[in-house]
Amino acid sequence: MHREITRDPRPKDVYFFATCLVDLFCPEAGMDAIELLEREGIAVHFPENQTCCGQPAYTSGYADEARAVAQVQMALFPEDWPIVVPSGSCAGMMRHHYHKLFADDASLKAKADALAERVFELSEFLLEVLAVQWKESSTGRRPTTVALHTSCSARREMGTHVHARALLDSLPGVTVVTQSHESECCGFGGTFSLKHPAISGAMAGDKADALKESGAETFLSADCGCLLNINHTLQKRKDAFQGKHLATFLRERTEPAGTGDEA
Amino acid sequence: MSAQHPLQFVPAAEFKQRSVDATSDAHLRQSFRGAMDFLMAKRAAQFPDDASLQRQRAIAEAIRQYSLARLPDLLEQLERNLTAKGVQVHWAENAEEANAIIVGIAQRHSAKLMVKGKSMVSEETELNHAMEAAGIAALESDMGEYIVQLDGEKPSHIIMPAIHKTKQQIARLFAEKVPGVSYTESVDELIGIGRAVLREKFMHADIGLSGVNFAVAETGTLCLVENEGNGRMCTTVPDVHVAITGIEKVVEKLEHVPPLYGLLTRSATGQAITTYFNMIGGPRKGGADGKGAELDGPKEVHLVLLDNGRTQAYADEQMRATLQCIRCGACMNHCPVYTRIGGHAYGTTYPGPIGEIISPHMMGLAATHALPTASSLCGACGEVCPVKIPIPDLLIRLRGEATHEARPGHAPLVGQGAARSALMDAVWAGWAALYTRPALYRAFGWLATRFRFLTPPTQSGWTVSRTPLKPAARTLREQLAERRRKTH
Repeated sequence: MHREITRDPRPKDVYFFATCLVDLFCPEAGMDAIELLEREGIAVHFPENQTCCGQPAYTSGYADEARAVAQVQMALFPEDWPIVVPSGSCAGMMRHHYHKLFADDASLKAKADALAERVFELSEFLLEVLAVQWKESSTGRRPTTVALHTSCSARREMGTHVHARALLDSLPGVTVVTQSHESECCGFGGTFSLKHPAISGAMAGDKADALKESGAETFLSADCGCLLNINHTLQKRKDAFQGKHLATFLRERTEPAGTGDEA
Repeated sequence: MSAQHPLQFVPAAEFKQRSVDATSDAHLRQSFRGAMDFLMAKRAAQFPDDASLQRQRAIAEAIRQYSLARLPDLLEQLERNLTAKGVQVHWAENAEEANAIIVGIAQRHSAKLMVKGKSMVSEETELNHAMEAAGIAALESDMGEYIVQLDGEKPSHIIMPAIHKTKQQIARLFAEKVPGVSYTESVDELIGIGRAVLREKFMHADIGLSGVNFAVAETGTLCLVENEGNGRMCTTVPDVHVAITGIEKVVEKLEHVPPLYGLLTRSATGQAITTYFNMIGGPRKGGADGKGAELDGPKEVHLVLLDNGRTQAYADEQMRATLQCIRCGACMNHCPVYTRIGGHAYGTTYPGPIGEIISPHMMGLAATHALPTASSLCGACGEVCPVKIPIPDLLIRLRGEATHEARPGHAPLVGQGAARSALMDAVWAGWAALYTRPALYRAFGWLATRFRFLTPPTQSGWTVSRTPLKPAARTLREQLAERRRKTH
């Protein structure tokens, strides 16, 4: 799950795979993620032909449809640059499941495996590859308390829950509280939330309760699927408590060390 | 017990309604949450060192895979060695055959009463009903099983059958159903009541039935894991002992047992070891000329080996991993879905994640295709599984098998394609058409954002407990294009 990452040489260029949810429903999270990378001096390339990693069809048992969509994405990254994904779930699909999806085709499987090596979840890339050094931005000085909800893919497939947490722990003025049943799923599960609304809704409701009861001012997640699930559950209750993408929070609270008044 | 067993056949459509009912049952939700939290904490306390746990899991997985790879040979070896020790081995292809074999044994002995140790395989065959139909009483002697039997229910958990019941419910049940018992909420007194009833029955039972946790081929030994001692009573007091197990439970050597046993008890109940571990090696020995004859133990021992769909899973390289299971129940304890709906909602003998991947082989996909969909694929089950069954991958696989014809080169499963729907095929074909055509997808994004005011206020299951999903004012790619225009 956790892999050895070499930081040398520091990449100058990266591909950004936004994911379909970020593109259509949470574009601000994508913009913030891109800014976090660019302010480290990295050229961020957004392949215009990207659509979706293929996960919805894959997890629904429609492997042919998932393969067709995945193949389109696999053709988008000709240069040997890292591919940064602002989602543990979609990154997990590309890093771990393309291998299974193309198991029956040696050449596509080899391509999928080569691609998997270059796929990084955003917080993992920031911490492991870029080893970011940040200081508080002017808006980042107000002390705050946050809870972190890690997606199941980020936790169990990518092992990137540690990266998101480490990034937050490095921020002065930010207290991270742990909600009860922290590692339990929020109930999104893609098409699961449509097929089994009662079960999924019960899980989302319990997650929303746990996050609220944590006493955090807001909650963060590095996955838009979880955010949409929990936020829209809270909205239905007419609750103003809302979560935001980790990238947005990090962009708001920090700036690179060596800029601004201390430069 | 009711003559009609309500859980015997479960059309898939009913799972959904039962799950809806279960999630709105606050009492059930609370009691399962509490019980599962307790069991998760107990397990976690047994595995303080993750690196050590991962080593143990790798060993256990290797043992189970090794055993399954040699399954046909090991079963024959087991039969030879058991037969040599005087155990009569029977093979049953399905539940009916298994029940007929056991009823036949009982009838040959003119049995009136069978006492049962805990056996999920006998739940799978619904043996109690077959015995009842033949006029033979079958009494559960595991405390949890005794409670659910008294109430005409099935177990809601494979390790803790009555976990859905509160102390008060059990108190009421005993006062109502056990003659001469008055209402008490004292757990010690309740256990005392059960024990008094069962002790009497052990003395008079003609047959004892048990399950098997591990069958050792090389030595011809049946291993039985238990905490209450009722398993030992059932297998030693009556003159006839019948063991029943699935064909996958065999291991080659005795030394393969401890690594599995250690993980089984730690994963299941958070115990380093159970109170009892029985190793059964056959009936009492007669001794030549009556000399040296053993004076206790059953005079006859039988083993019933049940297939009931297991060979279907076995025949497939990927789905064979289903049979690695050692029935610890950790997957259900850690499952957020099981925790919300409890075991009965599944309508199968084996609930939770393991039930979702094994029931389709036992009952066919026509009756069970909804089960593999009842998962968010969170991976908690696979993470805790002591024998590393890739449960989420198998759920995805079964979702595919339920909605498609068999792949070329693969034999169709029972109920193959049962959930196939022209509508869903069209939905996914449309989805693929959109997401494989970037220009079309961009146009879709443009339209979805421009016409976001047309977002439907109800969106299938999503809006049952959530506000509608509404596209952003502009897609990310448009915002990026806009930014490029501004900076150049």
